[in-house]
Formats: sequence, C-alpha cells, structure tokens
Amino acid sequence: MDFYLGLVQIIGVHTLLGLSAYCVLLTGQVSLAQAGFFAIGAYVAGMLTVLAQWPLIPALAVSAIVAGAVACAVGFPALRVKGLMLVVATVAFGEAVRLFFFNFTYQIQAGTLHLGPHGAEGFRQIRYFPEHGWSTLDVVLFIWAVVVLVMAGLWWLDRSRVGAVLRAVGEDELAAQSVGINITAVKVSAMTVGGFIAGIGGGIFAHYTTHIEHAQFGVVLATFAIAYPILGGLSNVFGTLLAAVFIQGFLIEGLRFMGDWRNLLFGGLIVLAMNVRPRGLLDAGTTRALKRLFAPGKERSGA
Amino acid sequence: MLDLPVLELEGVSKHFGGVRAVDGVDLAVARGEILALIGPNGSGKSTIVNLICGLFPLTAGRIVLDGIDISDTPMHARVTCGVARTFQNIRLFGQLTVWQNLWVAQNSGEQRRQSFARRWLGGSRGARDEIERTLEFFGLAHKSNELAANLAFGEQRRLEFARALSARPALLLLDEPAAGMNAEEIDQLDNRIRKVRDDGVTVLLIEHHMELVMSIADRIAVLNFGRKIAEGTPAAVQADPMVREAYLGAPEAA
Repeated sequence: MDFYLGLVQIIGVHTLLGLSAYCVLLTGQVSLAQAGFFAIGAYVAGMLTVLAQWPLIPALAVSAIVAGAVACAVGFPALRVKGLMLVVATVAFGEAVRLFFFNFTYQIQAGTLHLGPHGAEGFRQIRYFPEHGWSTLDVVLFIWAVVVLVMAGLWWLDRSRVGAVLRAVGEDELAAQSVGINITAVKVSAMTVGGFIAGIGGGIFAHYTTHIEHAQFGVVLATFAIAYPILGGLSNVFGTLLAAVFIQGFLIEGLRFMGDWRNLLFGGLIVLAMNVRPRGLLDAGTTRALKRLFAPGKERSGA
Repeated sequence: MLDLPVLELEGVSKHFGGVRAVDGVDLAVARGEILALIGPNGSGKSTIVNLICGLFPLTAGRIVLDGIDISDTPMHARVTCGVARTFQNIRLFGQLTVWQNLWVAQNSGEQRRQSFARRWLGGSRGARDEIERTLEFFGLAHKSNELAANLAFGEQRRLEFARALSARPALLLLDEPAAGMNAEEIDQLDNRIRKVRDDGVTVLLIEHHMELVMSIADRIAVLNFGRKIAEGTPAAVQADPMVREAYLGAPEAA
C-alpha cells in the first residue's frame, strides 16, 4: 500500500514540475532550467521548516516566491536567445544551481544533530511531516490538493486572455509583436509563473523525501520536466497530468519488472507515443471529441 | 490639427549591406486619406511598411506619427501609438480561434489603460462587443470558434485585416491585401477599405492590383529602386512618363 501511496506522491510532485514547464513551453520556449527552480524551492522550503521552524504553508509560499524571483531574473537575459541557444543557456543555469547546492553548507547544532544542507552529502532530516504526525495518506492528500489548486488556476488563466496571448507568442513572435504584444514581458512573465510553480513542487518534494541532495536536480530531472508537457500536449493542463501518470506510473514503475531493459523500452515508448500522437497525448482534436462526449451540443471554445 | 499629417517619412533609408532597398524617401500621409504605394517588384514598398511598423531599424531619416518621432520606438509599442498592419504572406495565429486572434490584438492605448483584471482575466463587455462587431463587419461571425488555420484563404485575409483593426489604429498599413483574391472578393475588399477610411482610419495601401488602386486611392506614390519617382492623384500618376518608364521600360529611340 505504501508503495502505491509513494508513487502517487511522486506523480503529484512531477505534475507540478511538468506544469511549470508547461507555462514556459506555451510561449514556445524550451527551458531546461525548471529543475533548477525546483531545487531552489526544495532547499529554501527545507531550510525554513528545519532551521527556522516555520510552518509548512508559509515555507512553501516563500520557496515559490524565491524560485519565481530567480526565474524572473534569469528570464531577462536567457530569453534574449532562442531555440537551441536557449536550451544551452538554461541547462547551464540548471547546472549552476546544482553545483551551488553541491558546495553549499549551512548547518546548525540541535542537540546531537547537525541540521541543514551539508554540501555534497545533501540536506538530511527534513522531518516536518513525521514530526507533526502526518500519515503518508495525509501527505498524499495535501500534495494533490496543491496539484488541483495549481491546475485549476492554470486552467482558468489558460481560458482567459492570458492563455491566448501566451499561445500567440508561442506560435509566431513576429506576428505577436505586430499586433502590439510585448513578447519580452510575456515570456519573462511565463518564466516567472513557471519558476513559482516549480518552487512549490520542489518545496513539497523536499518534505516528503526528507532528504535532498544536488544529484537529484540534474539534467535528467530537467528533461522529465519538459517531457511531460511535450508528451501530454499543450492544448490544456490535463495533458501534462496524463503524461506524468503515464511516465511515472506506467513507464517507470509499471515496467520495473523488466530490470535494466526498462530504460530501453522507456525510450522506445516515448518515441512511439510522439510518432503516433505528434501533438501530444491530449491534443486539440481529442479535447474536442471529449467535450462533445460529455457535453453534447454545448461545445464552446475561446470566448 | 487637421493639417498635420498622420505619418511623415523624412529622408527614410534602409540599406541591407550594399543594397539600398529604400533610399531617402520623403512621404506624408494626410489624415483620413487612402494613399497607395505602388512600384515594380523589389522597389522597396514592403520594406517601407516594415520600417513604419518597426520590424527593423532605419539606416537614416526619421518616422513621425502624429507629430511624435517613433523612429526608435519598439515594434509592439508602435501599435499602441496607432500603427497596425497586415502581412503580404498571411501571418495569423493558426492554433488560436478566430475570436482569440482578435482578442490578443486589442492593444490600443485606450484598451491598455483598462484595469489588469478586466484586460487580462475577465474580458470586459466592451471588448467582447467590439470583437463581435468587427467579425460581423468582415463576415466572419459564424466562424468565431473556428481555428484560424482551418479558414479558407480569403477568410484568412479578412481575418488578418480584422485583427489589424482590433488595435483601433489611426494608421492602417495594408500590404497587398488583394493578392490571391478573386474579383468578387476584391470588390468586397474595396468596400471595406472605404468603410474603414470613413470611420476615420488613414490607410496606406500597397497593392499590385491596379484596378483596385485606381478605384480607391486618393493619392498614389510610386517607388522605383528604393526612391520615390512620382506622387499625385491617380490620373496624374498614370500620365507620368517616369512611371510609365518604370513599369514598361524606356521607350525605344525612333
């Protein structure tokens, strides 16, 4: 049972990570910096609850704000470059964050324990959940409440003019400028919101694993972050959720019985999925078909 | 106030390396007129439109809109100043609906001054009505939930025209709006351009379709090799020997 609850936790946190990349990807930017923002969120939230004894919710709020602020600051220089150069720039940023935490030590003595991040050894004893008597199920419910809130917020933004403008920039930057859209402001805003969400996700991740270290926040995690929205499709936030369930639940855990052959099949299935559904698992056509199925005669989009 | 031209180009030049695409052009567009810019292929017409909307910087000269120098104003901000355009090769947001294409283009100064919530989150009734009226005017109301990419070619041209008007421009730049259209569609286009002008929008029209140009232009300016070679009423321009030469070649010595 705990195994499955653990899996549900992972899926929830990775959905948040995927949603952070979704925001940025809507504007047509491929960012591999999301793992960096996630790491910042994890360390900030962990230090606040462990070292400063903050309650969880304010700690998560601050970690989201810090990660969002860093994303905003990184967004200005990074979004001046496009395409592959942006990928390189954001990978460099993500690695810089990881290496910062590789070298970062800030510990305090609490009885016989040393608490706080300790460089390469990582940040152990982030024990907010066990200390406050949260069961695994409580944690699962908390994570998914946050996921639902974030998804509802993004869904609503997506339906508003914000979503239309983000997509307009993602589709044709020149045309967007020609109708009066300030594309730098739009891209930096998307990056900031993405960083904010990654910060929340990272903060939660730090608390349910209780132990974080730099190696968890490398390029692999960044690749997962963009894989979710790309595989899920950009027509709405549910695609990202679906992809997180598919990758974490099916490809990674479901295929564990295959041992080391799993990774091979994992890669193959991703390639297959992208070939069969090039616009993502949940593309515009499927979304329309589902709408018709559940609300016949009431199909509306846009307005 | 009425004497002040909407747009003035003063010695405007654009050189791409050694190529003088536009070379010292002076041009004034009066308020409320339809000025057609014509010339053979490669004479610099589209480059002028791109310079006015701010796609790339000037090599020399200045661009004045309503008495304000906008030569260094970024592209998106010029829309807020009152310049909107269409593209020779249509550039719609194909994966957005017809409605959304107009929605994202509501970027006039007045529209920008709405509160954040109204402008970005809710969408005011005024903004909605405006989109509906524009779609109605362009005969696209029944397509409002269609993806722009799925429209027929003529509808896409109309939608781009409609999108440009969404920012309530003072000056509208139309870059070959009749290209690829049939006679009936050109007729409708003719009517719509006149109607838009009557509503107070100044129009700078680039067009190869001479019938349309001669029918609606109040004045015509002719470009050749990046320079302005003639300017005047349609009749005067048609009679100009320089213009005839540019289009037909120099008359052979008898």
